[in-house]
Amino acid sequence: MLTEDKKRTAYTAVVTRVLEGDGRAARAARRAAFENARLAEPLRTLIDKVAKQPTRVTNEDVAAVKASGLSEDQIFELVICAAIGQATRQYETALEALAAAMTDKKRSEHASEDPQ
Amino acid sequence: MRLKILNSGYGFGTKVLFAFIHAVSRQPVPDAAKLVFYRPDFYGAPMKEFTHEAMRGPSAWSVGDRELMAAFVSKMNACAFCIGAHTATAARAYHDEAKVSAVLSDLETASIEEPLRATLRMLRKLTREHAVNADDMRAVLAAGVSREQIEDALAVCSAFNTTDRLADAFGFFVPGPKAFEAGAKFLLRRGYR
Repeated sequence: MLTEDKKRTAYTAVVTRVLEGDGRAARAARRAAFENARLAEPLRTLIDKVAKQPTRVTNEDVAAVKASGLSEDQIFELVICAAIGQATRQYETALEALAAAMTDKKRSEHASEDPQ
Repeated sequence: MRLKILNSGYGFGTKVLFAFIHAVSRQPVPDAAKLVFYRPDFYGAPMKEFTHEAMRGPSAWSVGDRELMAAFVSKMNACAFCIGAHTATAARAYHDEAKVSAVLSDLETASIEEPLRATLRMLRKLTREHAVNADDMRAVLAAGVSREQIEDALAVCSAFNTTDRLADAFGFFVPGPKAFEAGAKFLLRRGYR
């Protein structure tokens, strides 16, 4: 795709770091938070709110996840993965839509250059 | 903030830096800064690189345009901290507070260039509905926006779709206008790195 784009490269570095680098939460848990999938309560509620309605996150949501046995450092990592995951889905969907629009544009430009 | 580690989990060097920032700006260290200084190897360092590239790297959009996009996306996400921070920064970059408040209160009637308006419309849909399609992109291209400009706007949008979520999930303290002014000066002088 846009491998030459410095912004894309820097973005990929963020995603790769939080998902694949060392962390206090297991890689599988970070991946699940990123994808907002395969999570059990009470973590599921917190992560889904971070992804879809972050202004609705409450002290109680965070307290419930702590009470379930996760450390603050693990919550820090999982919330970050959830935020980046949602932003990434939107970013990728938009880049695909742009690529599709560009393909049509090129096709119609070629058609007008070479009317057959 | 909702996690104690983000209020007090810093090493000696970072505490000294925070004391210095406090002394120079005469404002408390903003929670956005605290977030990227906590275990920076995990998130802060790579995220600062990306955000700086999106907001200050080469682009046909001006710094003011990109700060306006940041404020606008944050408005769509209803993120009070980032609306305050980037409204102040955009107004300062443009030397035009009225332009920024006009866009944030009604994009359709604000007196701005059509390419910027078409781009903000697309970012609004992407942020609110979490998706856009090829027709949405064709409308932006038809307004005279280049492919590269759209990619640059999407990078800004992605940075703030992440930051807005973290601000609200971690519960950033929303300071008053003086603190946002100090933050705007800092962001225009130093950027995000």
